Amino acid sequence: MAWIDKQKNILDFTLSSLLRRKGKNAALVCVYTVVVFVLASIMFFTHAIKKEAMIILKDAPEVLVQRMVAGRHDLIDMKYADEIKKITGVTSAEGRLWGYYYDPLFRANYTLMVPPEFKYQQGEIAVGQGVSRSAVTEEGNIMPFFGMDGKLTSFRIRELLSSESELVTSDLVIMSEQDFRELFGIPKNRVTDLAVTVGNPQEVVTIANKIKKQFPDTRPIIREEIIRTYDTLFDWRSGIMLVVFSGALLAFIIFSWDKASGLSAEERKEIGILKATGWETADVILMKFWEGTVISLTSFLTGMIFAYVHVFFSSAALFEPVLKGWAVLYPQFRLVPYINAYQVATLFFLTVVPYTTATIVPTWRAAIVDPDSVMRT
Amino acid sequence: MILHPAILALLAGSFMASAMLLYSSWFGIQIIRSWDLRSGSELQLGLEKRTYLISTIMSYAFVFQLVSLFLFIYTADSLCTLFVGAMCAAGTLNVNVYGYPAFILKLGNFILAGLWLILNYADNRAHDYPLIRKKYLLLLFITPFLVAETFLQTLYFLGLEAEVITSCCGSLFSKEGRDSLPLLYALPLVPMKLLFYSAMAGTGISGFRFYSRGKGAHMFSAFSLVTFMVSAWFLVHVIVLYIYELPTHHCPFCIFKKEYAYIGYLFYMTLFAGVISGLGVGLLRPFVKIGSMRSFVPEIQKRLALIALASYATFLFLAVYTMSVSALRM
Repeated sequence: MAWIDKQKNILDFTLSSLLRRKGKNAALVCVYTVVVFVLASIMFFTHAIKKEAMIILKDAPEVLVQRMVAGRHDLIDMKYADEIKKITGVTSAEGRLWGYYYDPLFRANYTLMVPPEFKYQQGEIAVGQGVSRSAVTEEGNIMPFFGMDGKLTSFRIRELLSSESELVTSDLVIMSEQDFRELFGIPKNRVTDLAVTVGNPQEVVTIANKIKKQFPDTRPIIREEIIRTYDTLFDWRSGIMLVVFSGALLAFIIFSWDKASGLSAEERKEIGILKATGWETADVILMKFWEGTVISLTSFLTGMIFAYVHVFFSSAALFEPVLKGWAVLYPQFRLVPYINAYQVATLFFLTVVPYTTATIVPTWRAAIVDPDSVMRT
Repeated sequence: MILHPAILALLAGSFMASAMLLYSSWFGIQIIRSWDLRSGSELQLGLEKRTYLISTIMSYAFVFQLVSLFLFIYTADSLCTLFVGAMCAAGTLNVNVYGYPAFILKLGNFILAGLWLILNYADNRAHDYPLIRKKYLLLLFITPFLVAETFLQTLYFLGLEAEVITSCCGSLFSKEGRDSLPLLYALPLVPMKLLFYSAMAGTGISGFRFYSRGKGAHMFSAFSLVTFMVSAWFLVHVIVLYIYELPTHHCPFCIFKKEYAYIGYLFYMTLFAGVISGLGVGLLRPFVKIGSMRSFVPEIQKRLALIALASYATFLFLAVYTMSVSALRM
């Protein structure tokens, strides 16, 4: 109990002494908060968007088979699907039709897709919210597309895809198989790629190997690989942001070192008086420890709260462009708020640890001053 | 290398801790060479002031070490999606040869740093720094290990290459079964249980004997160390099977996950608290007779023994509890 009382008293003293020097400490807390804010925003955002990507990819087929011609992705014959279906362990192999379309009128890229079962008629489409925003159209309107022969074909919009799934469907245009084939001139038996489902997840690699061996001109891509690639990509992006930001971090460390070592005459006097009244060096270090804790915790928590608001309420408005990529029709969506102890620990290591390390030596310098030499000046 | 925020954080943290320890070691050498409490020379006064700095540095380094140990495991765990055949930290650490050595050094350094802090605490209580040379010798002993840890950890992270889709083909292919652990030998279940319970019993009995009569400090320490090793071994070979309810999954890291209610943290923390305070009892034993320390060292030892006993008792309780509520029967 005596120990707790001692800490309480020292903390009490520290707080009042911090408040006496509001201006100086406020500057430090502001800079500190900004540093935490930026780092935390980067991390929260990457994590949330990674999670979002995982949720989408969870429903992707186990293996995608693309045909490669001269190193480029090419249309694949449905014959391949029939052969792949014969491989033991394969549950199904479906052809998929999809592609991109650049709309010269509204200068945007759409993703065109044929669903397995299209519920509307030929000549009708369903579009995502992003498409409807950019092309200023709505349900019931007509939307023109330039076909492969340069002729305009018009489609009637039957449905706007729900905004809940906007991250996935923002730039999506869904149409019937016949329309798609006619628009791009794709022969009857060709598809963009094949979606292969496998019953037993442990057999996925073996089956991908078999496909590769049987059809050397194809490229089987396993879902786990896509997940892995996305993961790495987002990690890499946030890592790059951190590296770019490390200059600022270094500046912050120097700043805190400077703040901690540049004690005013008044502060030195204060420590001198404390020591003259019986405080030991260890007590002064303890006081400085509490001071650092108060400053760190205040800035850390404030920075995290700001970052939370920034990322999850404003969709990381400040550096969205860097982390998301370059698509024009970017979806508007709210990320699902998610923080775990791991992120907090990482942040702690990136901010509080450098700050603390930078202030140990200046703190100690302050604590060992000789009372009589200080008070005499 | 993978540019992951946590990796950058761990590397930065390790480099800072190493720099701090190297800096302290430099003054440690000076203290070992020229410490003389009776002297009033400027050098001696300077050194006396430095001891405060070094205690502070070591306490911080110790805390960083603790956080970084768990951060390291967690990072390894979260990176497992990037490697074919890795399902959790056990697989990720196996990606290159530096993973496990770095991890083991981390464990060892954590224990050493804890012992140093115990020694430091006892030394600071005495007015005449009776342990100062021994303390700094121990510091000089720890520093190379910490530097080695930083080195291995850096090599480990530098050697990580994510297996992403390449343009020629989907990468995949081969490299299955990374999750196998470089484990110690397992015995049949009954001898293992027997060994675990007898180690626990030995620690309990020697601990109570020391606590009540102040005898057998070294024996208690030896038992604590043995119990630590046996329990860690027992944890990996037996307890986790009951937790996962899967007789083939030996991973020592998955118990840190949410699915298992983070129970791993409790297991490992109690184990570490047990071994550090248990070893601390024996470490302080030779200093009971030193004049200025006679009054308080036995009291510190008793408190440490109590902490060790409580920690191991918690571990034992957790172990028995998880094994009894588990649906797995062996």
